[in-house]
Amino acid sequence: MKALAARRHHRLAPVVLLLLALLVTGGVYAALAPSPAQADTASTADIETGKKLFQANCATCHGPNAEGTTEAPSLVGVGAAAVDFQVSTGRMPMQMNGPQAEAKPRQMDEEQTAALAAYVASLGAGPAIPTDEQVDGSKGDPANGMALFRTNCAMCHNAVGAGGALSEGKFAPPLWDTSGRNVYQAMLTGPQSMPVFNDANITPDEKRDIIAFLDEQDQGSAGGLTLGSLGPVSEGLWAWIIGIGLIIGGAVWIGAKSS
Amino acid sequence: MSTTTTPPVAAEPSTPIGKTADYLDQRTKIGVLTKQLVRKVFPDHWSFMLGEIALFSFVVLLISGVFLAMFFDPSMALTTHHGPPAIMDGQLMSVAFSSTLDMSFEVRGGLLMRQIHHWSALIFVAGIVVHMMRVFFTGAFRKPRELNWLVGTLLLILSLAAGFSGYSLPDDVLSGNGLRITDGVIKSIPIIGSYLSYFVFGGEFPGEHIIPRLFTVHILLVPALILALIGVHLFLMVLNKHTQYPGGGRTDKNVVGYPAVPAFATKMGGNFFIIFGVLALMGGTMAINNVWNYGPYDPSPVSAGAQPDWYMLFLEGSLRLMPGQAEIVTWGDFTLSLNILIPAVVIPGLLFTFLFVYPFVEAKVTGDHREHHVLDRPRNVPTRTGLGVAFLTAFVILALAGSNDLIATHFALSINTITWVFRILFFVGPVFAFWVTKRICLGLQRKDRELVLHGHETGRIVRFANGEYIEVHRPLDEQERWLRVNYEARRPLEVEPATDARGVKRKGYKKDKRWQKLSRFFYEDRVEPVTPAELAAAHAHGEHDELEPAHEAPALVSGSGTAEREH
Repeated sequence: MKALAARRHHRLAPVVLLLLALLVTGGVYAALAPSPAQADTASTADIETGKKLFQANCATCHGPNAEGTTEAPSLVGVGAAAVDFQVSTGRMPMQMNGPQAEAKPRQMDEEQTAALAAYVASLGAGPAIPTDEQVDGSKGDPANGMALFRTNCAMCHNAVGAGGALSEGKFAPPLWDTSGRNVYQAMLTGPQSMPVFNDANITPDEKRDIIAFLDEQDQGSAGGLTLGSLGPVSEGLWAWIIGIGLIIGGAVWIGAKSS
Repeated sequence: MSTTTTPPVAAEPSTPIGKTADYLDQRTKIGVLTKQLVRKVFPDHWSFMLGEIALFSFVVLLISGVFLAMFFDPSMALTTHHGPPAIMDGQLMSVAFSSTLDMSFEVRGGLLMRQIHHWSALIFVAGIVVHMMRVFFTGAFRKPRELNWLVGTLLLILSLAAGFSGYSLPDDVLSGNGLRITDGVIKSIPIIGSYLSYFVFGGEFPGEHIIPRLFTVHILLVPALILALIGVHLFLMVLNKHTQYPGGGRTDKNVVGYPAVPAFATKMGGNFFIIFGVLALMGGTMAINNVWNYGPYDPSPVSAGAQPDWYMLFLEGSLRLMPGQAEIVTWGDFTLSLNILIPAVVIPGLLFTFLFVYPFVEAKVTGDHREHHVLDRPRNVPTRTGLGVAFLTAFVILALAGSNDLIATHFALSINTITWVFRILFFVGPVFAFWVTKRICLGLQRKDRELVLHGHETGRIVRFANGEYIEVHRPLDEQERWLRVNYEARRPLEVEPATDARGVKRKGYKKDKRWQKLSRFFYEDRVEPVTPAELAAAHAHGEHDELEPAHEAPALVSGSGTAEREH
């Protein structure tokens, strides 16, 4: 103790203390932090296949080890959910540069997507692909989903998910044809312009409620044709085309000359 | 005396209807009025039925509106909604919103009535607009009908008020956003803005009073005013007699058409059923304003694609186009919100001012005090037609700007680019539309001249013995010719000289000069109708187009200096 007391005014003492404090903080965090769910089923073989697919299809932009380039971000730590969302909706591999990567027919099949996801997940911990249970809309509460959608999603995706415009040619896509799994993954990973809605922000149950609300939209409208659910603009357009069109047609018919 | 005491026995009615009519007539003298109305002559044309679109959709609005008022509860008290639709079950909302849901899902036929009511509202305003277009482009607003034009324009504004107040009643997010914008517009008025907002909303927005207040406005105040003004509008129409399109035998002193009963009444009745049918069809098959999609109002959320009904869309567009930098903070931390005041108050003010003053301005620059009962063909008044199209262009550009987000998503464009394009188009578009329309009108007038002078091309080529080829032209029949020559190419005003004979300056000369300038803008470019002399000359030269001198001289008269050259 005496030796320690004698050296406590040494000029390196604060540095040593700082290092010790960092070590303890890091150690405690590693021990207590919730471990992100990993795709445990991924085998080494999957990861190897994924790596090959990655190098053939993705490395040009994301770099040979997914470390990112000036063209595209690093994929270390984005997790399997991000890969599954981007690849299964056909957004990645990207077709061309533009305001944003657009959904298109998928290029990778189910198995290849899983291998790619396994590979990227092996690079660093990130959100895992949600289970079928988590994305099953029939188990959610659509009314709560509506309330959540209204306050979190509707400002970009339209009140019932018909999509909407963002700046400079970017847009929030319509959600009616998006699978529950992709909706969940998008909230979890925040692709492109979309913010991340993590599990502290919107809990997994609430995410399922949102999926339930979107599922409700498949049933159409009680009042007849939805006219795209775009609101008063499309209603006004059809009022002029159908309404005024038919009525003026009727007037011309009635007024057709007999004189 | 003796004739009044002993009426002829044969006049005694025998049928129940006859007896009733006689009973009424003896007490009200209704027979005289009926006889006049029944025999009243109305000209016949399909475009004269456009006003009926507005009239009959208003009738549908009244009928469906009464039904809705039976079930609607205009209260902003909070309640928890129980029942369909599933996405609203158990949610906290205002009683107004909850009763709208109940009316749509729990009342038999309620949703149908709501949808018919809303579609009718859209068609009502659209009907007014197409009717006004007909009246404007054919010059039916001229003396003696200027006052009726004013009544009609007031009706247009009232219809917007009716639509706006009704749209806000369900208290959903979308209509609440609309009210929020209204609140912002009110607050942008300098000095009195914030007080006025507190006055309208009974405190800070949204408060608890606006829905009940709008309800009173929507079901009592505005419909009563509309109904009264429709009465005035129709009364003036009957009093002034209906206008008629130009044609053989039609003058400013007669009305050529059919008696009201049976011909016109039958057509009117048929038109009512067609309009009612179309509105019911739309209400039954096309969903409109599904308020449960937007959810109960709370001031925080705004969804993408938040727009008002089409007739308010020009205001939305005007606001969307205005750059935000126009907000000025003056000394004393007083904010002058020109970024809202200009697009939401000044621009619509200008548009409506144009509508209100146009008939009077045109009468002034024409120097015309006569009555007009024969309509103009739009081509024969190129400047008016051009101005009308320019007005519509401005309106449509603003409405499109109000839909800029939907244009962006549906045509894969950048919303920023669209906004800039519309900002420029708002100024350039109307001018361009005016120029193009005026040129087209002048072109059509010249074509009319050509036809009158040379007749229809028949496609028959004849070769003379000397080798010359000509195409045979068939002269116009009387009706065709009358239509094309019987108009007046109005000329710019002539003003009295600046000084009188003694060299004394005349008062009001400068004012006259200004009006003359405007008058020149209207009538400087014009195509004169074919005169009998020209026609005779053309015929004297034969059936075909050998008529060089007459062909060259008249076509377009430009500049007041050359105006006298013609006659």
